[in-house]
Amino acid sequence: MIRLLALIATALLVLAPAAAAEQPASLTEIEKQVMCPVCGTLLQLAESPQAQRERVFINRLIAEGKDEEQVKDALVAEYGDEVLALPPGSGFSLSAYVVPIVAFLIAVAALTVGVLRWRRGGSGGAGPRAAAGPSGEDADRLDADLARYDL
Amino acid sequence: MLAVVGLLVFGLASKGSSRLQSGDTAPTASLPALEGDSRGSLVDYKGRWVLVNFWASWCLPCRAEAPALEEFQRRHGKSSFTVVGIDTQDLTDDAQAFVERYGLSYPQLRDGNGDTADEYGTTGVPENFLVDPAGKVRLVAPGPVDEEYLQKEVAPLLPGGGT
Repeated sequence: MIRLLALIATALLVLAPAAAAEQPASLTEIEKQVMCPVCGTLLQLAESPQAQRERVFINRLIAEGKDEEQVKDALVAEYGDEVLALPPGSGFSLSAYVVPIVAFLIAVAALTVGVLRWRRGGSGGAGPRAAAGPSGEDADRLDADLARYDL
Repeated sequence: MLAVVGLLVFGLASKGSSRLQSGDTAPTASLPALEGDSRGSLVDYKGRWVLVNFWASWCLPCRAEAPALEEFQRRHGKSSFTVVGIDTQDLTDDAQAFVERYGLSYPQLRDGNGDTADEYGTTGVPENFLVDPAGKVRLVAPGPVDEEYLQKEVAPLLPGGGT
């Protein structure tokens, strides 16, 4: 059952972008993925004169039959990579994706090492020690008390 | 952790530039020309006074100052001085139409991603920087310039008073 679900999930991951790529480009969708470089916000939220010109440019490319990727490529050619809301997965921009993954792996590794040391310490005596038995007078008194309750 | 902090510091350092002041060395990054496949830089004008004009076609004050800049270029542009326009964060077609509309004859470069404007520390457009023949900034004019400013502030610094 789990294998089946995993297969379905994988298929969806593979097919979804392909399906999206086949859809005609729309200004509404592209506005969510690109920036207004002057405003420093998503184009979707921008109302500056530069943003208006950017929309005109996008609409013109859509009217020419360009798909979403082609429109974004044209925007990058005009404004540079900064126009993309999500940086491209190459060069220095790759760090935006790699750093969180590396940080997560380091955190998991540190947690694993910590837990292993803690567990080893608990059974090996390096951590909090098991209480030692009483000695001397205390031991004698304990034996006497236990003998009284020995049924 | 250190890597993350390092990245944050790098990001802040690379974005937090302040506007160039008089006496600062002007950046000389190479930029594509607005028309054609050539490139240009302040280095090309070493030995000349250069009025670096940051502008964009969507900027209303840029439209207001363009005729004054063109007039000043026609009057003073020679072997010792030129205006150099840097079109920043703009669409190429819009910028080319702007140049044609106002009949701008001085050289035009393109700074599509705004990196050069950042190097100068501009906070908007238009902004003007007068650079001397040694490549040092001599005047900074945030905001549009007009004929009066150009005649009173820029012309007297040019060889022969710009005459």
